[in-house]
Amino acid sequence: MSFSPHKDYAGAKLGMWLFLFTELILFGGLFLLYAAYLSRYPHEFAAGGREMHLVFGTANTVILLTSSLLAAMAVTAIQRDARGRTMLLLGGTILCAAVFMLNKYVEWSAEIGNGIYPNSSRLAAGPVGESIFFSLYYLTVGLHGLHVLIGGTLLAVVAVRVKSGAIHGGEYVLLENSALYWHLVDLIWIFIFPLYYLIL
Amino acid sequence: MSFADQSRTATSSFWNDTGRTGVASWIFSTDHKRIGLLYFYSVFGFFLVGVVLGLLLRLELMAPGRTIMGPQTYNALFTVHGVVMVFLFIIPGFQGSFGNLVMPIQIGARDVAFPRLNLLSWWLYIIGAVIVLTSLFTGGGPPDTGWTFYVPFSARTGTNVSLAVFGVFIIGFASILTGVNFITTIHRLRAEGMSWGRLPLFVWSLYATSWVQILATPILAITLTLVIAERLLGTGLFDPGRGGDPLMYQHLFWIYSHPAVYVMILPAMGVISDIIPVFSRKPIFGYKLIAFSSIAIAAVGSLVWGHHMFTSGMSETAILVFSFLTFIVAIPSAIKVFNWVSTLYKGSISLEAPMLFALTFILLFSIGGLAGLILGAAATDIHVHDTHFVVGHFHYVIFGGSGFAFFAAMHYWLPKFYGRRYAEKPAIVAWGIMFVGFNILYFSMKILGLKGMPRRYYDYLPEFATLNLISTIGSWILAVGLVLMLVNLFRGLFRGEPFVGNPWGGATLEWSITTPPPTENFAEEPVVTHGPYDFRGAGVP
Repeated sequence: MSFSPHKDYAGAKLGMWLFLFTELILFGGLFLLYAAYLSRYPHEFAAGGREMHLVFGTANTVILLTSSLLAAMAVTAIQRDARGRTMLLLGGTILCAAVFMLNKYVEWSAEIGNGIYPNSSRLAAGPVGESIFFSLYYLTVGLHGLHVLIGGTLLAVVAVRVKSGAIHGGEYVLLENSALYWHLVDLIWIFIFPLYYLIL
Repeated sequence: MSFADQSRTATSSFWNDTGRTGVASWIFSTDHKRIGLLYFYSVFGFFLVGVVLGLLLRLELMAPGRTIMGPQTYNALFTVHGVVMVFLFIIPGFQGSFGNLVMPIQIGARDVAFPRLNLLSWWLYIIGAVIVLTSLFTGGGPPDTGWTFYVPFSARTGTNVSLAVFGVFIIGFASILTGVNFITTIHRLRAEGMSWGRLPLFVWSLYATSWVQILATPILAITLTLVIAERLLGTGLFDPGRGGDPLMYQHLFWIYSHPAVYVMILPAMGVISDIIPVFSRKPIFGYKLIAFSSIAIAAVGSLVWGHHMFTSGMSETAILVFSFLTFIVAIPSAIKVFNWVSTLYKGSISLEAPMLFALTFILLFSIGGLAGLILGAAATDIHVHDTHFVVGHFHYVIFGGSGFAFFAAMHYWLPKFYGRRYAEKPAIVAWGIMFVGFNILYFSMKILGLKGMPRRYYDYLPEFATLNLISTIGSWILAVGLVLMLVNLFRGLFRGEPFVGNPWGGATLEWSITTPPPTENFAEEPVVTHGPYDFRGAGVP
C-alpha cells in the first residue's frame, strides 16, 4: 500500500485515557457494593478490617508507589533517549510488581490458612456481614492482582521493544501508555488499601 | 468537494483495489469498510437466528398449554432469544456495521483512529458469540434465566449460565473497544472544515453512543463477573441467606442495561436524522437540538435505571426520583421527533424504501415511547410490570424503532458499498407487509398486558387465547415481509441495477466519493465547505 501509517500520539493517548475510565468504572462496581454493604454491616466490616494484615498492606502500598515512580522516571529517561536507563527503570518497576504479587501470595496463604476465604466454614459460622466483607475483599484485591499481572506483562513487552530499538526517544507512546496503565493500577490500590486495611 | 461529477463508475473499489480478495484478506482486514461488512453479516446472521427463536416462541404461545415444546425448552428459548437479539444483534449492530462502514467517510477520514483495535473488536465479538453458542449445547444445557440473568435464580440454576455470561463479558469488551475507537476517531480524524457543527447527525449519535458504551459497559462486566464468582466461588454477595442482597444485582445490572437501550436506539435516531432530510429535499430542522438531544439522552438515560425495579422493593423515595428522571428522558426524545416532523413540513417528500422505513421508525418509536411513559410512572407501572405490555413496549421501541431504522440503513447505505441496488417495488411491498405484521404482532401484546397476561409464562388462561392467536398470526405476516425484503435486497446488491453517483441526493461526504468507495476513501484529503444537510452548498439538486 502506498500510504504511510499515520501516527497520532495525541489520539493514542486520548484512546488510552478513555480506556482507563472504563477500568475505573469496572472497579467502581465493586466500590459501590462496598459502600452499600458497609452501610448495612458497619460493625461486621470493622471486625473484618481488624483481621487484615496491616504490615503486608503497608509494604505493598510502598512497593506500588515506588514502582509508579520508577515507571514515571522510565518515561523521562526515554524522552532523553537514554535507552539503557529506561530498561533499568522498567526492570525495577517489574521487580516491584513481582514483589507485590509475592507479598499478596504470602498474605492470602496466611488468611486462607486461617479459614478466611469465600464460602469457608469459619466465615459461614460467623456473622453474615463479615463473610460479605471478605468476599468483597477477595474479589476486589483479586481483580486488582490480575491488573498487576497484566500491567507487569505490558511493561515487560515494552522493555523488550526498548531493547530492540522499536521504542526510542522519537517514538515512545507505547511506553507512555503502559506507564499510564501502571499508574492506574497504583491508583486503584490507593483506594483499596484504606478501605480494607485502615479506616475500619 | 464535488458532488456533481459522481456519475463516474468506480473501476476499482475496496472490494478489489488492494489486489487481495481471499477470505483472509477479509477476516484480517483493518479496512473499516471490510470490518463494517464483517460486522454487518455477523450481526444480521444473529438477527435471523433471533427471529427464528422468536417465531418458535410465538408458535408455542399460539394456544394455551403445550403446543410444540416443553416448559424448560420454552424458558431456554426466551432466554436465548433475548441474549442473541440484545447482545449479539442490536447492541453491536449499528456501531459495528453502519458505524464502521459510514462514519469514517462521513467525517472525511481515511479510516478509524485504531484500525487494528477495530479488527480486534470484531474478533472479540465473534469469540464471545461462539462462547455464547457453545453454552447452548454443553454443560447443563442452554441458560433459562431470561436475558437479565437475575439472581438468585441465575446463581442456582443447573443450566450453563457461567459460560453464557462469560461470552457476554467478552462481547462487552468488544463494545468498549469500539467506543474508545469511535470517540478518538471523531475527536482526532475529522477532515479540514469538518467542524463539530458540520458533523452529520449520524456521527453525533455514534459519538453519544460511544460514551454510553465506555461509561456503562464496565459495570456490566463486573456484574457478570460477580455472577460467575457467585456460582463458582460461592461469594454470597447476592445471596440473602448469607447477607447479600439480590436488589444490588438488579441495580448493577440495570446501571448498564438501561443505558444499553440507548446504545440500541441512539444510532437508529442518527440514521433517521440523516435519511429524513435527504428524502424531504430540505435541510434538517433544528440540527443543534437534535445533536444536543443525543447527548442529553445519553446523559439522563444513564440515571434512570431504577425504573426497572419499581416492584422490587426499593424505597418510595427512590421510586419517585427514578420515575421523575424517566419522564425527563422523554423531553430530548420528543425534541427529536418534533424536529423530524418539522423537517418533513413543506418538504418535497419522496417515498422511497429508506424513507418509508424511516417514517415507520417515527411512528412506531412514538407509540413505543409513549407506552414507556405508562411504565415510567410508578403508579401505572405496578399494574403492567412484568406483563406482555412491557414486551410490547420494548419491541415497539427496539424492533419498531431500531430494527426498522436498521432496515432503513440497509436500503440507504448498502447499495453505496455494493454499487448495485434492490428493486424499488418489492421493497415497498415488503415494507407494507412488515408494517402490518409488526403491529398485529406487538399491539396484541400490549392489550394482552393490560388485560394482565404476565410475560415469560409458558401457559396462560383461556381468556387470553384469542389475542395470543392474533399475535402469532402477526408474527407470520412479519416473517413473510422480512423474507421478501431480504431476498429483494440481497438479490439486488449482487445482481441488481447499477447504483452509481448520488441517486438519493445526499449532501454528506459518503456521496461525494466513487461507488463503491476505494480503500483509501478519498482520492485527496477532503476539505469540507458546507454542512451535512446543505444540499445547495453540496451542489445536489
